[in-house]
Amino acid sequence: MAKQTVKMTLNGQQVEQLVDSRTLLVHFLREQMNLTGAHIGCETSQCGACTVDIDGESVKACTHLAVQCDGSDVKTVEGLAENGVLHPVQEAFYEEHGLQCGYCTPGMLMRSYRFLQENPNPTEDEIRSGISGNLCRCTGYQNIIKAVQSAATKLQDKETASA
Amino acid sequence: MIPPSFEYHRPSTVEEAVGLLSSLGSEAKILAGGHSLLPMMKLRFAMPEHLVDINRISELSGVSVVGDDITIGAMTTENAVIADPILNEKVPLLPEAAKLIADPQVRNRGTIGGDIAHGDPANDHPALALACDAVMTVVGPDGARQIPASKFFLGTYWTALNEDEILTAITVKEFPTGAGSAYRKLKRKTGDWATAACAVVVALSDGSVSHIRITLTNLAPTAIRAHEAEAVLMGQVVTDELIKHAAEKAMAICDPAEDLRGDVEYKTAMAGQMVQRAIAEALSRAN
Repeated sequence: MAKQTVKMTLNGQQVEQLVDSRTLLVHFLREQMNLTGAHIGCETSQCGACTVDIDGESVKACTHLAVQCDGSDVKTVEGLAENGVLHPVQEAFYEEHGLQCGYCTPGMLMRSYRFLQENPNPTEDEIRSGISGNLCRCTGYQNIIKAVQSAATKLQDKETASA
Repeated sequence: MIPPSFEYHRPSTVEEAVGLLSSLGSEAKILAGGHSLLPMMKLRFAMPEHLVDINRISELSGVSVVGDDITIGAMTTENAVIADPILNEKVPLLPEAAKLIADPQVRNRGTIGGDIAHGDPANDHPALALACDAVMTVVGPDGARQIPASKFFLGTYWTALNEDEILTAITVKEFPTGAGSAYRKLKRKTGDWATAACAVVVALSDGSVSHIRITLTNLAPTAIRAHEAEAVLMGQVVTDELIKHAAEKAMAICDPAEDLRGDVEYKTAMAGQMVQRAIAEALSRAN
């Protein structure tokens, strides 16, 4: 019962799928679209491992229905790299060792990606509050902060170069 | 965890949404930001057969000003409250407090109206609404009616909203000239509800208190206003002694539920601290 058709732009591709009303976005992405980047951590909107971008805003996909995304533009961590080239945020996490086990990383990347558009030149405090909805149980956050700072520089350099 | 099955409805107007609520009856629930309802559905604390998603009703979002009335659409998100220039200028208590709610992602979805209509004493907007003398506009099959915040919160998860009504807007008055306000919230970590929190709005006239509201979050079955604490300060030139006395009056009406955040004695003691800090901070901002 209660199947709905949803059409959305998912990582730049148009998709049309039949979903159960009750299907959460994170399950739709992982099980129906085979995009397993968004992780299921706490399932209670605490940890942020499932963070994706919906219409230009960071959202926790465990607390959002797939059917609510009808007509939306959704981006997951799979959509960050372009033509096999890492996004500057991904590059920065790699270079600064902004991960250990990696479980929180897709969420950290997606939140950092959006946060640096909201605030391209953040202070350390602003980074800490900007990613306060994402938990990491390994790193102690130090290298994640460094990675976001480095990504900010990379993105600004890129902008200057293209200007 | 997956919510139980339900039929999904997405009306595009308030009238359509009210019509759905009327025809579907008590088995229907409104889906606003969903960050309280969906978790409750996952845990089977709520099992509505119908969800009426009001996220696409654009008239329910945004802030508008008519005279000294500031009207906030019920579906205005916490992040929109934080960013709104009108609220920052005229009712700075709301953006200040919204920053202390949940986390950036949740604030993109969570709405002021959802926070109020849920009736959870742990939510922050009920006490803020009481502190701002807010008036709720609710729309049902017979049209709109206004309910003052003081008559809206009836009990835990219990408000003056009827089953076939939707909270559409929250209206507050611009603060009195020179008023100061503050929200002090003790929480264990980002995203947590308050162990104890207090909102204060204060205005001075010739150095004496001419307007004061002291309201409390998560310290009773609903958000509450501390009338006797206000009476201690009203008309007075405030001293540290009076602030302590007001805090004692506020503590006397606290009736918090014991949970992992602390027992009754601890939460009541923290309420006293939050009240003292919020009064002092609000006063420092008043002129």
